[in-house]
Amino acid sequence: MKFGILVNEGPYQHQSSDSAYQFTKAALEKGHEIFRVFFYHDGVNNASRLMVPPQDDRNIVNRWTELGKKYNLDLVVCIAAAQRRGMLDENEAKRQGKDANNIAEGFHISGLGQLIEAGIKSERLVVFGD
Amino acid sequence: MEDEVIKKFLYVNRKAPYGTIYALESLEVVLIGAAFDQDVTLAFIDDGVYQLKKDQKTSVDSGAGMKNFSKTYLALGDYDVNKIYVDKASLDERGLTADDLMELVYEDEDDDYKEKSSISIVNQDELAELMEQQDVVLSF
Repeated sequence: MKFGILVNEGPYQHQSSDSAYQFTKAALEKGHEIFRVFFYHDGVNNASRLMVPPQDDRNIVNRWTELGKKYNLDLVVCIAAAQRRGMLDENEAKRQGKDANNIAEGFHISGLGQLIEAGIKSERLVVFGD
Repeated sequence: MEDEVIKKFLYVNRKAPYGTIYALESLEVVLIGAAFDQDVTLAFIDDGVYQLKKDQKTSVDSGAGMKNFSKTYLALGDYDVNKIYVDKASLDERGLTADDLMELVYEDEDDDYKEKSSISIVNQDELAELMEQQDVVLSF
């Protein structure tokens, strides 16, 4: 089965951020394909490389990066949702005249069209939200 | 975008327009999605019915001090988004009727471009059936 994944909630704030990761990992381990993981609403915050959770807790951004590297995942952060929440990659930071960027390795910023395409190209689009 | 697959997309809107950003960002997906020539339907249930309420007042003086984006719904007909279903029970529970909603219309190109209402008020069995028919359900 080819899945698309939509992550609508922020890290540590909401279970759906964890559930999305667990589902994606389990699907991959069972041999399914993940067409794309799309981060929207507060879900974009899952891609912040500046998060510093307590050491005895899970590191949400690092585990996405690791999973992405292992399975060559397409981890896409919505540009419109990211910009209003202060999530910028190097190019966007430069373009917007900001002095920092915070998108973690393995993620990239793109438009909402990538979400629609995930709906079209996947056999199932699974939404993790409130 | 010239994908040959046409899928049935349903956007389920369940949240009030201004308490959270879900409604605004859902509408942004609908507008972008319209460019992909898919079969699009919108459903409004629970507090989501407030998104279509007419005469929204959102300035600091009279409301939450946020941008009033309700007029964007009026443009949906021009984007060929003209299947809009509103849950009757959700309206009833909130003391609302169809008359409290904005008049969302589209021009029917198969009927001499006659202006028609995009809104259908439906019961929960009809909504369930509608959801059953979809390929992709996006819930906000």
